[in-house]
Amino acid sequence: MLRFLISRLLQTILVLYLIATVVFVMMKAVPGGPFSQERNVSEHILRKLEEQYGLNDPLHVQYAKYMWNITPKRFSPGALLRFDLKEGLGIDFGYSFRYEGRTVNQLIAEALPVSAELGFYALIIAAFLGISTGSLAALKQNTAWDHIPMGVVMVGICLPTFVMGPILILIFGFWVPESIRLPVLFWEPSYDASWMESLRYRILPAMTLGLYYAAGIARLTRGSMLEVLGQDYIRTARAKGVSPFNVVVKHGLRTGMIPVISYLGPVAAHLITGSFVIEYIFMLPGLGRHLINAALNRDYTLIMGTVLVYAAILILFNFIVDTLLVWLNPRLRLGSNP
Amino acid sequence: MIRRCLLWRFIPQGILLSVFALVLVGCSDNRTPVEIASAQGILLLGNGSEPHGLDPHLTTGVPEHNILHSIFEGLIAYHPTDESAPEPGVAEKWECNSDATVWTFHLRHDARWSNGDPVTASDFSYSFRRILSPALGAQYADQLIVLKGAEDYLKGNTSDFSTVGVEVLDEHTLRLHLVGPTPHLPGMLKHNAWYPVNPGVIESFGSIDSRESDWTRPENLVGNGAFRISKWVTNSYLEVVKSDSYWDADRVSIKGIRFFPIEKASTEEAAFRAGQIHYCSNIPIDRIAYYRSRHPQVIRFDDYLGTYFYRFNTTRPPLDNPLVRRALTLAIDTGLIVREVTKGGEQPARGFVYDGVSGYRTPGNLQFDPVEAKRLLADAGFPGGAGFPKMEILINTQEAHKMIAEAIQQMWRDHLGIDIGVVNQEWKVYLDNQDNLRYDISRSGWIGDYVDPITFLMIWTSDSGNNQTGWSNRRYDALYKQVLLTGDPHHRNALMREMESIFLEELPAAPIYWYTRKYLIHPDVKNWHPKLLDYHPFKFIQLEPTGFRL
Repeated sequence: MLRFLISRLLQTILVLYLIATVVFVMMKAVPGGPFSQERNVSEHILRKLEEQYGLNDPLHVQYAKYMWNITPKRFSPGALLRFDLKEGLGIDFGYSFRYEGRTVNQLIAEALPVSAELGFYALIIAAFLGISTGSLAALKQNTAWDHIPMGVVMVGICLPTFVMGPILILIFGFWVPESIRLPVLFWEPSYDASWMESLRYRILPAMTLGLYYAAGIARLTRGSMLEVLGQDYIRTARAKGVSPFNVVVKHGLRTGMIPVISYLGPVAAHLITGSFVIEYIFMLPGLGRHLINAALNRDYTLIMGTVLVYAAILILFNFIVDTLLVWLNPRLRLGSNP
Repeated sequence: MIRRCLLWRFIPQGILLSVFALVLVGCSDNRTPVEIASAQGILLLGNGSEPHGLDPHLTTGVPEHNILHSIFEGLIAYHPTDESAPEPGVAEKWECNSDATVWTFHLRHDARWSNGDPVTASDFSYSFRRILSPALGAQYADQLIVLKGAEDYLKGNTSDFSTVGVEVLDEHTLRLHLVGPTPHLPGMLKHNAWYPVNPGVIESFGSIDSRESDWTRPENLVGNGAFRISKWVTNSYLEVVKSDSYWDADRVSIKGIRFFPIEKASTEEAAFRAGQIHYCSNIPIDRIAYYRSRHPQVIRFDDYLGTYFYRFNTTRPPLDNPLVRRALTLAIDTGLIVREVTKGGEQPARGFVYDGVSGYRTPGNLQFDPVEAKRLLADAGFPGGAGFPKMEILINTQEAHKMIAEAIQQMWRDHLGIDIGVVNQEWKVYLDNQDNLRYDISRSGWIGDYVDPITFLMIWTSDSGNNQTGWSNRRYDALYKQVLLTGDPHHRNALMREMESIFLEELPAAPIYWYTRKYLIHPDVKNWHPKLLDYHPFKFIQLEPTGFRL
């Protein structure tokens, strides 16, 4: 297990440096810089700006500086929990090019909790709806309980979030009676309001994001549950007199969840790092919106910061999933001889 | 048996979830955010994009300026109704010498920073020194080179600020010495590049020329405007509240403003419709008809000091031939474009300078004339469009630009028999290509910085970074220099008309229309008047709840 962990860690570090290098090269290759704007800036001012931000250094010097700044130099888990990368790991992405006086670390620390909270709600909705609908459909195979929910799920898969979002906005923001309308934009009310009121702002974005993934999870669950419930060991369990509930939940669901969990890993990473589509549609102050704006503004430091955080979280979740899968599926356990 | 059991397992959870959802949905205050805000005296504004920053010397955009002119005040402020009229700001009165080269400003004694310090003439002097500091790299520092010696200081040729024409006579009197006659100086002073900053605050968070400073964080920022910043949530909203230390606080009617960064017009419009903002700064073209017919009381079209035009790359044949450029210009039915495409009450541009700016009348009389256009193109060697090379219109990706480009493409095909393509590019790529003359024809727009024709004419001089057409004309450049040295308004206008005539003769760019501002505003908002630069001094705005809902 230790060897597995160490090799995964080394792979992770290598991948992150590779990503950073690719991002650096691509940023420099794209036309237009952070200071280009419709109204031209005089040559001498532009030179000063480039000097200030170190853009007039030779590329390899810039690259070396970037790489050093993003290299972890210390480890303090407490600071990491506050999303403070500088205190936590000694990583300093530097000042944003676009947002004067704000560091990329600050921007990420503000945005990541929003994306993570949204992702958390969406994940609960997706997992709850997906697993329950999928299991129901499997248990009631080829009945209306199967066909109707799975039909709805099919529609869910076909509708991308940028279609689902506006549809939900239209229905819950404008069509339903005024007394039950939901706020269609923003993350929280700008006036003082109860937490309940704040939660209402989160319903539509979380639903939009959650429903999309719920569809995938439902299909996966149904398929794998059908397969598992037909297995010999289930019949054996029943024959041994295990209670029906335990048969389904303990024996059926546990094995049936394997494909779902390997699907949930990357999904959870996507959900937590923020869906830029959802964040754009609902104007949420999350990481995804920064990622898009940074690319459009050529905000070099913010691009690097958001991409690396995104990549690191993705890798972390995949790692967690791999470990979970090993725990769930005894055959995968490393070092144990069959 | 197993199946039934599992079913039972999920039903209570489903019921629980539904009850929870119902509670959430049902137990809310039924008023919209706009209704709540109107009752509290808070104005909710859609404000384009997330502000770059709040340092008046470093920001360049409109969303930032909207916020800045609420929390800072320059020597001259915005008039509530008339964009050309100077409204006293920190300066209660001012005068200039006969040729408008020396200006003296008398600062009011009761002007205060939000931390209680008095606003003094030396604060302004410090601020001008700051924005002109070469190391600060302020993008709008060029605005101040009307000051004597400012250009040398900005370029680092001297580090002695006493050589710059800023003179502090006493703590409440400031004198500015200018390079040449500048009768429109009061208009220029409304720009945030001329705003004062508090020297003590700047120095306590860094040096005079450090860009990376925390002084603009909400908890640190000290301003001198009618409002002070109270909360700033990145990509969410920025809130300012009425400042009690402001000298004219009695006149400020609203309690605060919240600026929401909403980039997409369709999203902003949805927010307005849902009662989440009082003011929607942008309307998607396809929603104009709906508001015009269903809710005419909320939609407005105001004149806006800007020109929409197409640049020609005059370094590429056959666009180096003025006949070709004129033919292309005359073949554009600008009237049809504003009626059928933009639909916002825009005026077809007869010339380049927005007509009627400070008494200036454009000499232009450009009109759609397909017959003349055809003749000109034939004279240039392309009868009926035969032999005309393949060309492209460069636009930045946006629906409205695309619609206009396609309309013009069709007009050129119909009236001139030439086939021009349309290529759209992402904003920064488009800017890069336009700047480096890697285009044939490029869509552009120009919004005046202040109400004076020169703000339009200066972009076509040979050494202007905003020319971007490769066009240059010696007579034009000479006239520009003369304008800068002329104080007499009549003579000055005559010189500028001559400049514009040269431009219209050569047409390095085809003017298409003069802008309007199209926006939605809730009837609760009072005293919001049409302004040429679209800056509305918030201290005059009032909120009266009307109960109006869309």
